[in-house]
Amino acid sequence: MRSSSVSSNCPVRSAQTARLFHAFLTIRHEGLVPRRAVRYTHLLRLRCWFRNGPTDFSQPTLMSTIQPIAGELEPHPDVALISRVREGDVSAYDTLVRKYERQIFRIAQHITQNREDAEDVMQDAFLKAYEKLDQFQGNSKFYTWLVRIAVNESLMRLRKRRTGKMVSIDEDIETEEGSVPRDLADWAPDPEQNYNQAELAEILRKTIQGLPQGFRIVFVLRDVEGLSTEETAETLGLSVPAVKSRLLRARLQLRERLSRYFHRKKGSGEARLRETRDEK
Amino acid sequence: MTCTEFLALLDDLIDDSVAPEMRSELQTHLHKCGHCEVILNTTRKTIEIYRSHEIYDLPAGLRDRLHAAIMARCKKGC
Repeated sequence: MRSSSVSSNCPVRSAQTARLFHAFLTIRHEGLVPRRAVRYTHLLRLRCWFRNGPTDFSQPTLMSTIQPIAGELEPHPDVALISRVREGDVSAYDTLVRKYERQIFRIAQHITQNREDAEDVMQDAFLKAYEKLDQFQGNSKFYTWLVRIAVNESLMRLRKRRTGKMVSIDEDIETEEGSVPRDLADWAPDPEQNYNQAELAEILRKTIQGLPQGFRIVFVLRDVEGLSTEETAETLGLSVPAVKSRLLRARLQLRERLSRYFHRKKGSGEARLRETRDEK
Repeated sequence: MTCTEFLALLDDLIDDSVAPEMRSELQTHLHKCGHCEVILNTTRKTIEIYRSHEIYDLPAGLRDRLHAAIMARCKKGC
């Protein structure tokens, strides 16, 4: 355990160091960076400032050895976890795996459209990220970096399935512009209420699987998994305008396809339900 | 503003990234055009539905199996 480098003549050192130590233990046990721990660091510095005058803040404190403080912004909690993994703490990586496994599996499933491939991709992506953690520079979020690995692994998996044929996210993309919606019917209020969970999931799966791959991946990363437009562009090696263009077309195509199930219609509930069941 | 011009800015409106004066123009168009209002509302709903429903669930058994495999590899130093 590193000792705090807070000025030794600070009269509040013992009590505050004990609280910091408690916060540090919380991080170790829960894999979290509690706001409380950051608040205590600032409080400690402030009190020492008033009692002892200015302190050299360029010196590392206990917290800054775990996560660097960049300006006034709180660092992402993953930064502390990654530091611990680099120091050999596998349980910290366990925390990262549990945090992102669902998202990585979903992305892999959306790209490969195959459950077994998605399982393999998820495992390979997490292992590769662990192996290459030293190459992670921290210029992007760990999650974005992990997603990029998972997307590449998914595309490689598709290529293997297609016996070596190159697979690109540009596949199936139509080059012409002009996505003027054809179906302009309004939807019923809360249209998903007309279906049970399993039926709705089947509709959503079937609908998004019908999108061209290049649109589907952009929609999933940007709208479902919450990456920014810039992060999506960086992950997929696309320009920001290309991501915006694909996102608009993906959203409009999905909307139009879902209108088949959700549009307002007389006696909509039972009729639409029968229609869906008949399609299965 | 035409419907085509409105649609070109639909994403910016949904993502709340339009300048105030442009937002005002878009709102004016929306008041006059029922079709664009439907497209805006249903596109928003489309995104919301996909965000809020888990369509590819990770079974608990699979999660544990993969988790054990990853941890076993990592403890060996990968």
